[in-house]
Amino acid sequence: MTRSDVDATGRRTWRKPPFIANPWLRYGLWLAVVAYLIWAFGSLPFNWARIGEGLPRAARIFGGGFPPSFERGGLLLTGFKESFQIAILATLLGVMLSIPFAVMAARNVAPMPVYLLGRAVIIVSRSFHPVIVAILFVAAVGFGPLAGILTLTLYSIGFVGKLLAEEIEEIDWGQVEAMKATGAGYLATLFYAVFPQILPRQVGLSMYQLDSNLRASAVVGIVGAGGIGGTLMNAFGRYDYDFAFAILLIIIAVILVSEGISGWVRKKIW
Amino acid sequence: MLEISKLVKRYGRDEPVLKELDLVVEGNSVVSIVGASGAGKSTMLRCINRLVEPTSGSIKLNGQELVNLRGAALRRARRKIGMVFQGFNLIDRLTVMENVLAGRLGYVSLYQAISRRYPQADIERAFTLMERVGIAHYANKRADALSGGERQRVGVVRALMQEPEVLLADEPTASLDPRTSEQIMKLLQSLASELSLPVLINIHNVAQAKAYTERIVGLRHGKMIFDGTPADFTREALDAIYGGIEAPDEDEGEDTKKPALATRKEVTDDPL
Amino acid sequence: MVDHAGDLADRVWRRYDRKERLIRYAVLLVTLMVVYWAVRDIDIFWPWVWDAPTQISRLGARMWPPDPSRLGQIVGAMIETVHIATLATLLTIFIALPVSYIAAQNTTPNRFCLWLGRFILVSSRSVNTIIWALLFVAIFGPGVLAGILAIMFRSIGFIGKLMGEAIEEIDRRPVEAMEATGASKLKVIAYAVVPQVMPAFFAIVILRWDINIRESTVLGLVGAGGIGVLLQGSIDTFAWPTVATILIAIIALVLIGEAITGLLRSKVL
Repeated sequence: MTRSDVDATGRRTWRKPPFIANPWLRYGLWLAVVAYLIWAFGSLPFNWARIGEGLPRAARIFGGGFPPSFERGGLLLTGFKESFQIAILATLLGVMLSIPFAVMAARNVAPMPVYLLGRAVIIVSRSFHPVIVAILFVAAVGFGPLAGILTLTLYSIGFVGKLLAEEIEEIDWGQVEAMKATGAGYLATLFYAVFPQILPRQVGLSMYQLDSNLRASAVVGIVGAGGIGGTLMNAFGRYDYDFAFAILLIIIAVILVSEGISGWVRKKIW
Repeated sequence: MLEISKLVKRYGRDEPVLKELDLVVEGNSVVSIVGASGAGKSTMLRCINRLVEPTSGSIKLNGQELVNLRGAALRRARRKIGMVFQGFNLIDRLTVMENVLAGRLGYVSLYQAISRRYPQADIERAFTLMERVGIAHYANKRADALSGGERQRVGVVRALMQEPEVLLADEPTASLDPRTSEQIMKLLQSLASELSLPVLINIHNVAQAKAYTERIVGLRHGKMIFDGTPADFTREALDAIYGGIEAPDEDEGEDTKKPALATRKEVTDDPL
Repeated sequence: MVDHAGDLADRVWRRYDRKERLIRYAVLLVTLMVVYWAVRDIDIFWPWVWDAPTQISRLGARMWPPDPSRLGQIVGAMIETVHIATLATLLTIFIALPVSYIAAQNTTPNRFCLWLGRFILVSSRSVNTIIWALLFVAIFGPGVLAGILAIMFRSIGFIGKLMGEAIEEIDRRPVEAMEATGASKLKVIAYAVVPQVMPAFFAIVILRWDINIRESTVLGLVGAGGIGVLLQGSIDTFAWPTVATILIAIIALVLIGEAITGLLRSKVL
């Protein structure tokens, strides 16, 4: 009987064994959590006076935002059109470029220095939120959709490249050996033994990436990289809350539709 | 005393699973219910504690009508009915002791349940029962670390923790190997006489039914077609129950799977 | 010989049958048309595109070497970023769990709650963190509170959706057993549902914390606190070497975050 301790009156007691057996560690962890919370809340600069004004402001914003105004439909349409174009072109470029980077970042088909380079590219492009990349590209190539396309291309390379590299690392190696046995060169082996195995995954990933690029294209515009995000930012900046809410509603609708389509296509293919 | 009369259960618009079933179980008798897959054994047991809603009929436990109970009254009635399941239905990630104490959930307060501060008497009872079936040394082991036979002992103890007035066992041995299932049957038999508790056992293994119970009830297509002692249970009775359907003892849980799925849709008062 | 040649001609090998090929060509054609339209129609000044590599490398050159003189400030902002992500993740749990409970088909009290829960999850997920931040900055003014709220509002959908799926996938049999003991609904949840979804819960929260660290690095670009404020300031003042330091710091933060989540996963799960 592990913990059926017998107490003074001779009766058995039972307590649930604690999740962490060592009491020092257990209470130490609690203490650490409490200390962290105090530190975090204490050190963060909250501007309480300004926060106090929040509720009336919220009332004004939502009051001004309803009903959403679709009057400037032309502007809305141009913004979304540009977001679509950015998403499509970035997906195409990103998915195509992700293949060589995936090959570079797959341990089983790439030599060591190339592997490290491929991994580094993928890690760096995955570490940065697209908005940060966008702000840098805007600084480099100026405002507009070009910065958006470059941003989302890099974003796609990071995401698709990583998953594709993992896929390549898990391929059936027997097919590669068979191709090598026929005397095929490196590229021929890649095309006949590696790519056919990752192709279905690649098509599914592309659909997924198109969907997530569409989402991201709505936000890179906030820092000036083209698309509906810029329109939204302007509407917010000029206190046109009714127009801003109209944009938000359409963004939500578009995202839901695109998620549905992308899910349907992926189910069809797999 | 458990009295079932004119019990009918039909799922949707299908042929009824139970057709006006009558059954009376008295005192501390051990009754086994045999029948082929889909004969309605599992549905009948689940109607008694209302995990399945009966379509019509009456079920009385010690004089109390169970069929029309709702909410808290139903829960109070349920804690008087212990149930042992084919798949043990333990909570894998909790310890054996917690699983056993879960049998008291109908009695303790929510605070006691969540903080695991059960009354001293419950803990005492838990240890006594666990010692009785030989699992007390596992008290603080996780339930999924135990073997099948040990898990079913936990299931039996959990049901007994409820201080039940009747014990229902739904194919308690179907997931166990032959030796372990005999041990469990022996345990149920002796517990019934020790605690003077009526026990209803759904069972597929006719040999075990004959060896460990004093009364056998045979179901076919939702009707009772045999009721007697093991000595009366002849070749003819066996053929009448299973004839033309399948040989007994070859079925692994098909019988319980179907009603279990059906309960998903059927349990209405507790959507959980 | 002629017959033989005819035989050969019949034995043409095709990778796909007729219908499949038609679909393939149609998909290809539509894709090409869409791309053509996108390229022709998009509002890009093409000479800039050919000039882009030079511009990008020039920007890179201006960043080199990174300037560590403001490192103390950067580290402070980084800690603030982590606080935002951590506090927001912790606070989200209290909202996301009830929402996931009513949005899971097997635990929801009624139809209305199910749809309410799903509505909350969908609206939370469809609005990006930075858009939430924009909204909260407009309401509560620039600062960390807007950032915390933005991260929370986006995480509710994420954690809620995944937890809802975890609840829907639980084994129903222990639930049945607890009902059979006469336990009330809350007790059934505490004993049969909570233990089953515990591992999924930890995994989901850890995953979201990792994502939130990344997301909270950009909050500052719209004024919602964290390292982004410093980044925006440095870009506005063309302090490119400082920008480079901040970027390196962000990579380091993300890698540290990944290491911590990896450690937590192996320890807790």
